[in-house]
Amino acid sequence: MSVLIVVDTKNGEVKKSSLEAAQYGAKVASALGGEAVALTLNATNGEVLGTVGVNKVLNVTDASISASDPQKVVAAVVAAANQVGAKVVVFAHDSTGKAVAPRLSAKSGAGLVTNVTSLPDTSNGFVVTKNVFSGKANAQVNILSDEKIVSILPNAFGVQAGEGSASVEAFSLDVSGINSGITVKEVKGGNSKVVPLPEAELVVSAGRGLKGPENWGMIEEMAGILGATTACSRPVADIGWRPHHEHVGQTGVAIRPNLYIAVGISGAIQHLAGVNGSKVIVVINKDPEAPFFKAADYGVVGDAFEVVPRLNEAFRKFKAANG
Amino acid sequence: MKILVPISKVPDTTSKISFTDGDSKFNEEGIQWIVNPYDEWYALVRALEITEAGGGTVTVISVGDATAEPVIRKALALGAHEAVRIDANATESYQVAKEIAAYAADKGFDMILLGKETINYNGSEVGGMLAEFLGQPYISLASKLEVNGDTATLDRTIEGGVEVVEVKMPFVASASKGMAEQRIPNMRGIMAARTKPLTVVAATGTDAKTAYVKYGLPAPKSAVKLVDPENMDELVSLLHEEAKVI
Repeated sequence: MSVLIVVDTKNGEVKKSSLEAAQYGAKVASALGGEAVALTLNATNGEVLGTVGVNKVLNVTDASISASDPQKVVAAVVAAANQVGAKVVVFAHDSTGKAVAPRLSAKSGAGLVTNVTSLPDTSNGFVVTKNVFSGKANAQVNILSDEKIVSILPNAFGVQAGEGSASVEAFSLDVSGINSGITVKEVKGGNSKVVPLPEAELVVSAGRGLKGPENWGMIEEMAGILGATTACSRPVADIGWRPHHEHVGQTGVAIRPNLYIAVGISGAIQHLAGVNGSKVIVVINKDPEAPFFKAADYGVVGDAFEVVPRLNEAFRKFKAANG
Repeated sequence: MKILVPISKVPDTTSKISFTDGDSKFNEEGIQWIVNPYDEWYALVRALEITEAGGGTVTVISVGDATAEPVIRKALALGAHEAVRIDANATESYQVAKEIAAYAADKGFDMILLGKETINYNGSEVGGMLAEFLGQPYISLASKLEVNGDTATLDRTIEGGVEVVEVKMPFVASASKGMAEQRIPNMRGIMAARTKPLTVVAATGTDAKTAYVKYGLPAPKSAVKLVDPENMDELVSLLHEEAKVI
């Protein structure tokens, strides 16, 4: 029983979230005793999927087949799944997975579970664990249909790449009959070197404790030293100190970095819901009663304007010594 | 312009989450129910803005039993013109999307706008499924929507940026932060909501594709380790040697 992984690309290169999904798909395939096949969308480096256990890559080379036009991607996935006899289709739960996986489920009648954080337990059905209540809880869900679709929460597994190279075949498909009426006019951003929040391993975040947008320099400096992505709390985005896309929390972006450093954020339950999947949380706050300390691994009770410059200096020293 | 806004009933964002019946059911005791914030703050408010500027009607639709009616009235108080409740006990997105598609199929909506996900099941599924069932284009995670004649221009959020897309009506779009600002219903709206039509429609019935087996809570964190604010070198070495994250 083979597994098909839908792999998206950015500037031709396999997205990190897709690489993680491919690794997941390869593990599922080996548990089911089948082959792991990736369907890549206009990839130039599909062979890299071999490093996470993918056996074969089918590469679509038609720029019109992209996540901007989910109907065409669905057509490609259906054709590829039929060709390789896939019973399980795996996506990353990123902007591509969110656009394409639900359409595929409706089209094929295959049950879909998104935000998945575990490999399937096949001892009694096909049960996967997913995050629910914005990370405040988890649920085990059994997919009842014969064909199954799972969409993997980015950073839930991490990528452990090994040796290997997958063979890449061109996969051609005529989608000229599909007219979705969607035209892409422009792409803004998306090509910056900054790792997007849902994929980031290191995140530095600040809140109202910073008193004003002019004080974010030291936060951006810390992010620069660590190669981290910046984020913020909801009040700060709402009053316009920081852009909306930086807002992490229940009604913003949910993140699961390895390290989350929160400066001057009290830790309201809605904020915690979006960040409690982080592996390690550092909280810097001058109020020792801030609820965030209860969710933190490391805490510093002190004035951000004194502690952060000191921490930046310590990070800089560490980077100089450790490369 | 006829706009359909599917809304979902969810626990208030400050709710403490717990489970009953051997962790197989969400514990609803003491829970305050609200309209899913993404459906209300962004999709519904943007739909109202569009009809306020250019005329038309906003219909809200919810799939669920009668306990959903207070949150449906809230959507009417905010300014939706009419409401539909599909009387079904749906347990997953596939069933919800199928029911809404069955209702919407012959109603001639120009667009269907809903939140990018619910804050309880976080599926991000209903919009895309609905679009497929109706054979319409789907723009997910839209942070901006402008109408121009029979087309619309939307900002679709992608990792680290946005893609500006143009699409012909009818279409389905999911709304994320940035599309509109939250509104508070006023007294006139609340009074008017009482007499606005809320139609209950029988479910068509669809078998579930998935089943929730069991719920759990994340393992509790061990106690925080406090570091001397004067000694940030210690914090850095803990992050490197103990936590191994840098």
